[in-house]
Amino acid sequence: MKKVIRMRQMSDNQRGVVRKISAHGEMGRRIREMGLIPGIRIQIQGRAPLRDPVAIKLRDFTLTLRNNEADHILVEVDARGHHGRKGK
Amino acid sequence: MKSHVTIALAGNPNAGKTTVFNAITGARQHIANYPGVTVEKKYGHVTHNGYKIKIVDLPGTYSLTAYSLEEIVARDYLINERPDMVVDIVDASNLDRNLYLAVQFKELGIPFIIALNMMDLAESRGIVVDHELLSTLIEVPAVPMVARANKGILELLDKIIEESKRGQEWRPAVISYGMDIDKSLEEIETIIKGYKAFDKKYPARWRALKCLEGDSQMRELLKKEPELEHKIDTIYERTSNHIMNTLEEDPEGIIADHRYGYITGITKKAVKRKIESRLNLSDKIDKFLTNRIIGPVIMITMLYAIYVFTFWASEAPVGWLETFFGGLRSLASLAIPEGNLQSLVVSGIIDGVGGVLGFLPIIMFMFFAIAFMEDSGYMARVAYMLDRVLRWFGLHGNSVMALVVSGGISGGCAVPGVLATRTLRDPKERIATLLVVPFMNCGAKLPVFALLIGAFFFRHKARMMFILTLLSWAFALFAAKIIRSTVLRGPKTPFVMELPPYRLPTLRGLLIHTWERTWHYVKKAGTIILAISILLWLMMSFPRLPHEQVKSFDDYNSNLVHSLLVSSEIKGLVENKEDLAVLNRLYESYSQSDNNEDISGKFLKNSLVKLAKTASLIRQGKTLGLTSDTRYIKAASQYLLLRDKISKSGKLEQQATLRHTIAGWIGLRLEPVTRPLGFDYRTNIALVGGFAAKEVIVSTLGTAYSLGQINPTETGSLSRRLKNDPHWNPLSAFTLIVFIILYVPCFVTLISIRRESSWAWAGFSIFFNLFVAYSVALVINQGGRALGIGQ
Repeated sequence: MKKVIRMRQMSDNQRGVVRKISAHGEMGRRIREMGLIPGIRIQIQGRAPLRDPVAIKLRDFTLTLRNNEADHILVEVDARGHHGRKGK
Repeated sequence: MKSHVTIALAGNPNAGKTTVFNAITGARQHIANYPGVTVEKKYGHVTHNGYKIKIVDLPGTYSLTAYSLEEIVARDYLINERPDMVVDIVDASNLDRNLYLAVQFKELGIPFIIALNMMDLAESRGIVVDHELLSTLIEVPAVPMVARANKGILELLDKIIEESKRGQEWRPAVISYGMDIDKSLEEIETIIKGYKAFDKKYPARWRALKCLEGDSQMRELLKKEPELEHKIDTIYERTSNHIMNTLEEDPEGIIADHRYGYITGITKKAVKRKIESRLNLSDKIDKFLTNRIIGPVIMITMLYAIYVFTFWASEAPVGWLETFFGGLRSLASLAIPEGNLQSLVVSGIIDGVGGVLGFLPIIMFMFFAIAFMEDSGYMARVAYMLDRVLRWFGLHGNSVMALVVSGGISGGCAVPGVLATRTLRDPKERIATLLVVPFMNCGAKLPVFALLIGAFFFRHKARMMFILTLLSWAFALFAAKIIRSTVLRGPKTPFVMELPPYRLPTLRGLLIHTWERTWHYVKKAGTIILAISILLWLMMSFPRLPHEQVKSFDDYNSNLVHSLLVSSEIKGLVENKEDLAVLNRLYESYSQSDNNEDISGKFLKNSLVKLAKTASLIRQGKTLGLTSDTRYIKAASQYLLLRDKISKSGKLEQQATLRHTIAGWIGLRLEPVTRPLGFDYRTNIALVGGFAAKEVIVSTLGTAYSLGQINPTETGSLSRRLKNDPHWNPLSAFTLIVFIILYVPCFVTLISIRRESSWAWAGFSIFFNLFVAYSVALVINQGGRALGIGQ
């Protein structure tokens, strides 16, 4: 079954495909110009020591976002166990 | 055919734009500011195959919207100055995102070339870019290169000339953004084209596109044409509503999605992946360096290592500079006859400017280390790790750069620190950072700290220095919190930021970065500090003590001498003033050289030599070694008594002289205000001098404590002096240190703050900082006294 969650809720190393970006204005534009658009595959790379911001891998680079920014991004996560460790 | 070509260098941050610029222009670079803004404009020239090429380095941007200052600057330059061509530096290892800017150049229609940089990195990651196919598909010439290794630079120059020979026109490309947008785009384009009054600088289709993107600059321009504005607004509303209803998106989002769609269409064909994307080296390093527990530990260790490195590496050069300025001093003292001019040159200019330049090596090595952190990509990780903390104080992860440059690890300079705030996009976060940057322990504050710590906390030097660093961070952060929740309230800006791959910095890049920042410091020493030194010298020298007072000191002294010469103990050994002068010289050389060899020469009276030796032995407390008879001992004691009296009177005279000057007047007037903090008029004079430049504090204190000239880097004697002064104790020293951390930015920093914001903010920073400094110092001093600490 397809499961769509907020990016903040994704666990480390989890992968998925961006389905929707609900941010507008400056934040929406910043997110998009960095190539974070619907349809793109991402993977959670890690989180800063205080669990915020989050670092994600997309296209061929690493992007960081704060948790409250990640809340605006809905991701369809890969099926369980597909990629290993923590995907739930 | 033109023999002059102007090209603009554009590209994403971290795509190697600066490396390409440096590789092409070498040392032939100039720096100016873009008109009206503080973004630096770098340009350089190169001659290639008989063509003169002027290269303008545009600020690094991801896009050509009108949101950030850099983007507006880049865009305005392209549209108003119309360079012959743009060279878009593209990171081949990260092609999709880098081409987003290229697509926007296509939309604008400006002739451009793609420089496919970092081909080596792409290859090592298993990404194979077919540059010919890419060039065909995107319909723009593409040159593969590795700028770091100087590969492809000549080919790029060849291509620039080849393309410029064709003399291309601006040709906005037609890219599809989906049916709805395309239709509205055409409508607006037609309206704009039919509107004769509108200026033709901007291509009509591009302008129409920007209107649909809700571009703020275009909106401003439209306001001047209400009729046109209304027509376009109607179309915009209709499109926007339609898209919102059907796709739940805004037009801007749809346009961005289609740009990426266009890019993916091209890269799917032109880029082949040998390896399925996996963790590359950079990602592996990140697993370690940004780890929850090890990450912060490494970060603190790194910052501490920089501190150690800076002071270790700069120790020798600081010594050389000291020797150099010492030599210059003696030379000037010999060449210029004693008097006002000599005093001006030696105490005013050489000591003032020398004191500042003496710290140049520390500043330089600090900036070198910071450049290394920046160029390697680590600084971005520091911002990433600290964002959560800084955000709580109303700052941004990227504020960390400005704070570190200003002295966050001790020994930076707030002037380049203020300039480093340019990376912050939000004006409120930027100004808040600007305002707290002067709280950091810059290199100019270090000598004062070294002096006071040396005098009062000498047992815990390193620990004390570390505490002061932490204190300055704490002050800066809490001040930021106060500012951000009162005068500069506002939302936080997004932290949508790239973590660039780790790279080993090139020496050349590091040197250029270091030099750019150090130059600000040198310029300051050559201009402001020079002027301030002269001014301070004037203020501390004039008006002179009235003649009668000087005479009364002189009379007192000659009376002393006379009574010595006629005294029974000395009679027969020292007969006249000439003998006394010889005795003085002998005594001083014995006391200094610490050896009791006979340095007298045969022309001198044996009695004087013996007397001088005896006196110096008594002064050194070596009375047991005395072999002389009682006559000499008595005479020597008498002589020493005279010396003490004369030296005391000399100090009184110097104090009277200082109190009589303008500086003394100011210092005395401030005493009622500063007494609760425990500062007397001499400290006040030094603090007023420190407003001009913090480096001046130590040398002014030295002069004010009538020690004659003291070298600001050599604080030993002043340190001892303060320790023995009844006025000083650990508590007053600590209060002064904290006051110096906080009070007013120096003059040059103030000018920089004004340049980056406004006079109002510069004025605010004076009063705010003074207020904070006074309150904190008051609490420390009064609280300390009440508790009986450190007195």
